Formats: sequence, structure tokens, C-alpha cells
Amino acid sequence: MEYRDYYKILGIARDAPQDEIKRAYRKLARKFHPDVSKDHDAEEKFKEVGEAYEVLSDPEKRAAYDKFGSNWQSGQDFQPPPNWDAGFEFSGAGTGGAKPTDFSDFFSQLFGSGQFRQGRTETFSSKGEDQHARIIITLVEAWHGVKKTFTLTKPEINDQGQLINRHHSITVTIPKGVTEGQKIRLQGQGMPGLGGSAHGDLYLEISFEKNSLFRADKRNIHLTLPVTPWEAALGATVECPTLSGTVKLNIPAGSQSDRKLRLKGRGLCSASHSGDQIVTLQIVIPEAKTDKEKEVYRNMAETMPINPRQSLKGY
Amino acid sequence: MKNQISIHTSILLDENTSYTLQELSDLCNQSTELIQEMIDEGIIVPTGSSPSLWRFGLREIHRVQTAQRLIRDLQVNLAGAALALDLLEELEELRRKVS
Repeated sequence: MEYRDYYKILGIARDAPQDEIKRAYRKLARKFHPDVSKDHDAEEKFKEVGEAYEVLSDPEKRAAYDKFGSNWQSGQDFQPPPNWDAGFEFSGAGTGGAKPTDFSDFFSQLFGSGQFRQGRTETFSSKGEDQHARIIITLVEAWHGVKKTFTLTKPEINDQGQLINRHHSITVTIPKGVTEGQKIRLQGQGMPGLGGSAHGDLYLEISFEKNSLFRADKRNIHLTLPVTPWEAALGATVECPTLSGTVKLNIPAGSQSDRKLRLKGRGLCSASHSGDQIVTLQIVIPEAKTDKEKEVYRNMAETMPINPRQSLKGY
Repeated sequence: MKNQISIHTSILLDENTSYTLQELSDLCNQSTELIQEMIDEGIIVPTGSSPSLWRFGLREIHRVQTAQRLIRDLQVNLAGAALALDLLEELEELRRKVS
């Protein structure tokens, strides 16, 4: 098993006083809490910090841990010397709880299967813990609906009573028109309950893969559509991409940049709710390189002079 | 390790999600009393005028579950969880606008 440097994990010196350990832990726990942090490995870091605190906050465990000395590096292969724990009394481990520990092999080998810290408002229940995972689909998949297989990592207790991470493939049918933040609940696919009672549930939270053209805002899909000055000024019918393929879009005459046009029902539509595609026009000005091209602009200036800074007057 | 493949029927939690107080309590594995306290704290807002008519949607489920975890893992109280949830929601909103 691999050695874990709990002091390094909490970012404290080996002789740090107990209150400093608590402060360091609290700070890192807030930082890496999976509900707070957007780091992809936040959950792992949060568990690591919790494990470090579990050991270092308990003077007996800390003393036992310190006995290994300070020459070890995190990740180094490690075997505790025989009878290393003789003379230390441990309390509090294995008091029984609904939640199996998320601690590393290193921790379990040294201190047995400890219990994860539980807050005071936790009510006793024998139902298994719910599991949460984020799944990523494309906007096109969200538009059409999709049957897709995801690989999730799920902690499980094996026959030897050890905690292992099992890779678990799960195929889910995602209905047409899901939006970001919606969840799919798979009943009974969470952690097992105590004493054969009900499993918790598995929640899969929908999130979208970044798309270079489209952006989703709830059910509406946003797209920026480049148009020429003459299309904007004179009106035109142009091709416009949507999640369900290209459609013809009418640009009204006299459109300005940033004008928003709505394609009804071209957003994320479910059986009961519909969304639109919002197209924002972006006028692209052709570059005037040749004399002839420059002449066109000069003619425009002469024929239709405007003052676009009218509204700035007086400042 | 060999992968397990399983296919399940699933329930989508979307705008149509509407649970009663008891259903929310069962789903989140929380007492109705604690949910009542979360309502008093403004963590969640049910629709409906009286407890028997209360209905809770996806946002409520999400906020009850997140509050549970914040309380358990960070030792905050209900008011602290409420503040964190509001700030997280605002942050999420701002991130969406920036991207």
C-alpha cells in the first residue's frame, strides 16, 4: 500500500498544534467540498483531507502515525512494522454507522475501517446512502434524446470487507429535451442499506459538453449568426444551423447588429415544455482593399450619411 | 476489472417534478420536521398554501440534498447552509453568463 503524508495533505508542519490542524482541515474542507468546488477531482481531495483530519485530530491516532517517522514520501510503498500499534489505545473506530468509510487502504490497514465524520443533525436511518454523479451529453443528444452508456466509479465493499472502487457501466435512456441541471434518478442504485434494508438511489445530473456554436440557457438555445451588411439592411433569407439541422431564417430588412430573432420550438423541447432558439445577428463588415471597394464605402458615406454617435452627445 | 453492465428504467426529475412533503421526506431520507425547518429558513419554497397542498420540485430536492451534505460535512447550521446555497446559486448564474 502507499504511504500517505497527512501533514502535507493538510499543509501543516509535523509539530502543528491541534487547533491549527482543525483550522487547516476546516478551510480545506470548505474549499474542496464537492458541492462547492468545480474542480473535477474535488471529491477525491475532500476525502483525502477528511482522512488526514480523522487521523491527526485524534491524539492517539496521531501519535501512532507519527511513529512511522518523517522520512516517508506520499505514494511510497509502505508496510507497517509488525506490532506497530502496540501500546496505543484507539477509541471511536468502528462504532457502526450507515455510511461505509471512504478512506484509503493506507488508513484502513492502520486504523481499521473507521467511520466517516458525521454531523450532529444526521438522523439515524438504515436506508443506504444516495450516490450522485454528473453525466455529460452533447446538445444534439439532449435535443433528440439518447440511450447512452456511462462508466461510473462506485465504492463498494467486497467479500473481504475491503472498500474497493468498482467501475460500473450503466446504460440510461435520456428522454428528448432534457436541460442542464435536471437529474435522472435510478431507484435503488445507490449504496446498500444496513441490515438488508433499501439501497439508496443514484442521481445522474445532466450537464452539456461545450459546443462551439450553440449555448444552452435552460430550454433556450443561443446562436450567433454572422450576416452581411446588405442582408441586414435589405432583408434576406439565409441558412441557419439549429440542433435539428439547417433551417431557412428570414432576416428582416433594417436589422442592426445584436438583433435577436426567435426560432420557436427550436430549443430543447420535452413532451411538456418547449424552448426556442435565439439567434443573435452579427454584422460582418467586408474589408475595403481595392480602390473599387473603397469607392463603394465612399459612395455610402455620401449617399446615406449617419451619425452613429448621436446618443453619446452631451458627455 | 470486469465491467458490469446494467440497464435500468429511470425517473427524470425536470419541471414536471412535483412531490408532496412526505414524498420529499422519503426521497431525501429526512424527517418532515427538518424539511419544515428548511422551509422556515428559506432554503426551499414549496408551492401550495398549506402543508397538505405543498409541492416540491427539482430545485427543492437539489437544495435539500445539498444542504444535507453541507451540514454533515462542513458542520454548518441551517442558516449557514442557506447562505451557502444562495451564494452557490448566484455563482452558478454568473458563471453561466461569463461563459
